[in-house]
Amino acid sequence: MPALSEERRLPIDSEGDIITARQIGREMASRLGFSMSDLTLIATAISEVTRNIVDHAGRGEIDLRVCENGKLQGICIAAHDDGPGIEDVELAMQDGYSSRDGLGLGLPGSRRIMDEFVIESERGKGTNIVMKKWKP
Amino acid sequence: MRVPILKQENFLIASVQSALSDVEWERLRDDLADQVGRHRSYGVIVDISALDVLDSFATRTLRSIAYILSLRGAKTVVVGMQPDVAYSMVRLGLSLEHIETGLDLEDGLMILRESLKGGAGPV
Ligand SMILES: Nc1ncnc2c1ncn2[C@@H]1O[C@H](COP(=O)(O)OP(=O)(O)OP(=O)(O)O)[C@@H](O)[C@H]1O
Ligand SMILES: [Mg+2]
Repeated sequence: MPALSEERRLPIDSEGDIITARQIGREMASRLGFSMSDLTLIATAISEVTRNIVDHAGRGEIDLRVCENGKLQGICIAAHDDGPGIEDVELAMQDGYSSRDGLGLGLPGSRRIMDEFVIESERGKGTNIVMKKWKP
Repeated sequence: MRVPILKQENFLIASVQSALSDVEWERLRDDLADQVGRHRSYGVIVDISALDVLDSFATRTLRSIAYILSLRGAKTVVVGMQPDVAYSMVRLGLSLEHIETGLDLEDGLMILRESLKGGAGPV
């Protein structure tokens, strides 16, 4: 059993940090006993939100920790940046919307992949995303 | 780390060994575009069996590699995608679009040989 206090905060400054973040997230989730396909889903969602930090905000951080909800244990991922924020969050959450030449699937795809997904963003105020996946 | 590219028959085989940085993806793209011309290759196999994540960025990069190689007269086949990676791509909503895929290297070679028979090749 992993310690419930397990927590890692990682700065996201460059694309190399994306690979590090998803590896550390995968290891943490693996210690929790997630299935292989869940590990891939978790690593992919981490990859998407950290890629967004690098691409759209320049820099930020990600917080990975073990969390609990009643009897459930899971992984809780919080991404934060003080970048430009998102003008229209609802629009950004739609499949295919991208403000540049992206596929526009990072945010809506991550919401589909994770069990919980909350995004808070405002123009000029940065972006906060909290997403969770519970171990079945 | 540079992705090794081997020549086999009229084809090139690029074996991605680990998660690639953006610069490494770009170098793979440039190396392939260059070598397709030098070796007059009709097809390229990109083996991604070592990748445990294929996010929207990597998907976009693979698509653009295939597109650039098609402009250079070569067909791209992506092989070796792990089942968990395929599942995650579906859930995310990602697709490789028009890129052909194969189970493994053997499969990829067969696809390329078949397409050669069909008269495909450099335009
Ligand atoms: N951290 C962020 N800061 C500012 N804007 C963001 C941030 N994350 C996402 N966005 C905005 O939301 C849009 C949608 O994000 P999403 O990840 O879905 O697509 P994308 O990054 O454009 O393309 P991709 O499919 O390659 O991820 C982005 O184009 C961008 O405008
Ligand atoms: Mg994105």
